[in-house]
Amino acid sequence: MTKNSQSNTFLYGLLILYSGVTVIPFLWALSASFKPLAEIASGSIHFIPQQFTFANYQYIFTQEPLFMRWFFNSAVVAIGVTLFNLLFNSMAGYALARIRFPGNQFWFFLIVAVLVVPGQITLLPKFLILKSLGWLNSYAGLIVPSLVNATFIFMMRQFFINFPKELEEAAALDGLSRLETFFKIVLPLAKPALAAQTIFIFMGSWNEFLMPLVVMSDPEMFTLPLGLNAFKGQYISYWNYIMAASMIFTLPALAIYAFFNRYFIQGIAFSGGK
Amino acid sequence: MPRIWQRQRSQEALSGYFFMLPALFILSVFLVLPILSALILAFCKVQLLGEVRYQFTGIKNLLRMIADERVWIALKNTAEYVAIVVPIQTILALGLALILNTNIRGKKGFRIIFFMPTVTSSAVLTLIFMWIYNSDGLLNHILSFFNLPTYNWLGDPAIALKGIMLMNIWSTAPFFMVIYLAALQEIPASLYEAAQIDGANRWEQFFYITLPSLSPVTFFVIVMGIIGTFQLFDQSYIFSGGSGGPNNSTLTLVLLIYNYAFSNLDMGYALALTLMLAVVIMTVTLLQRTFFREEQVH
Repeated sequence: MTKNSQSNTFLYGLLILYSGVTVIPFLWALSASFKPLAEIASGSIHFIPQQFTFANYQYIFTQEPLFMRWFFNSAVVAIGVTLFNLLFNSMAGYALARIRFPGNQFWFFLIVAVLVVPGQITLLPKFLILKSLGWLNSYAGLIVPSLVNATFIFMMRQFFINFPKELEEAAALDGLSRLETFFKIVLPLAKPALAAQTIFIFMGSWNEFLMPLVVMSDPEMFTLPLGLNAFKGQYISYWNYIMAASMIFTLPALAIYAFFNRYFIQGIAFSGGK
Repeated sequence: MPRIWQRQRSQEALSGYFFMLPALFILSVFLVLPILSALILAFCKVQLLGEVRYQFTGIKNLLRMIADERVWIALKNTAEYVAIVVPIQTILALGLALILNTNIRGKKGFRIIFFMPTVTSSAVLTLIFMWIYNSDGLLNHILSFFNLPTYNWLGDPAIALKGIMLMNIWSTAPFFMVIYLAALQEIPASLYEAAQIDGANRWEQFFYITLPSLSPVTFFVIVMGIIGTFQLFDQSYIFSGGSGGPNNSTLTLVLLIYNYAFSNLDMGYALALTLMLAVVIMTVTLLQRTFFREEQVH
């Protein structure tokens, strides 16, 4: 008994130590965002700011007009991409799982095949296509190429294959068409799969760096990650501003995560187990 | 399929394509077409300025790759990165998963905390770490507190890549921890019970039951780690201001591709490099899938 509790104490010690390793960088950044520049530059290492101030946040919102614009751009792109993905991936996954149409097997095979292809290979050709469409520096340039996602089409197909058929049979007897059945019966019952998808797609889009870097060159059209990078270049040693900007960007994502974390875990377990 | 719908075959086909249409359209234009054009353009010289023009140059791009010193530097950085990051993050992930898989309380809370870096944007994480790595920053203060040597994390070519490695181990290990945790929970308890009856101690149980049962997952985690390393971009770009410096020490393949494409406007050559990267990644992925399938058959 004592041996057991001893080893438990040891394990708790390790867990708490690693929690510290995880949390300290965030706390240190949060702390810097409330410090005046003088305290930052003095190199003191107090986690609690000696002269607590909101001035950094105030500065960003009042002196950096583009910051709100970047936030807005990020929100437009992430919300747009997420909504369309939910609809289109579910539709395609449902068709592949349930509807017998010529080419069904072929398209499924193709979607599984492209899952193996790394995204980088499409980056430069996508840029050339977007350039010829005249979509560089536009929301369409970031949203349209990401309207669907092969991984989640695959996931939704697996989900719908295990979906009870009886409900659809009943709907068919009631005279509902495929379309009506899908929107009125199937989609409302797919909420857990849709929740997992929402989080992964929203976070992926919100945090994406490379694609916006390639598509957006006009600072007005930057998303937040690009904006932050530009911001860092502009305020090289003003870590108080840079950290305040970082915190504004991070806290919404962390809040969403804290709220929906069990869907993250389920989704990852799924991707690892497939 | 409901019988009523089955009767109207052509209508089924029609609705099938109606449901698939958005996916097929987008995947054709922004996935299949880019893949095909990458395969062709990698063997061309592409003129970007003014009117876009293509000129077939055969294997010239491939030959240039072999003679390109910066390609070798990027590959060397990647190899060093794989050799250090992948084993450490795999072992760390397994260790954390093993602890969280015991019957101690508060697991959920720890899991939520550990997972925080995984959901934070790479841009923010890089900036936070650059702030910590500052020569007068938190990390050097901690190191000197324990009488350890301090470093110029951002400016010293011998150290800069290590800084990125440290950050990435920290931010990706929890992701793999979750995968391990799911796999650990699927090992049947009866295996351990049988081993206990046979008198196996904890270590023997770990080496003869846990590790072998986890081997497909370990393989998956290692392969994902290698692929992630080959795809490294954001951190190097932000860390070095896009240059891969100091002195090419943080140069990665994707960063090199980006620079050739958008600073030198050498699209054809950049695509040839992309093709090489894709071949490497797909080989590793397919290897993993083949092994994994064999595991399942046995």
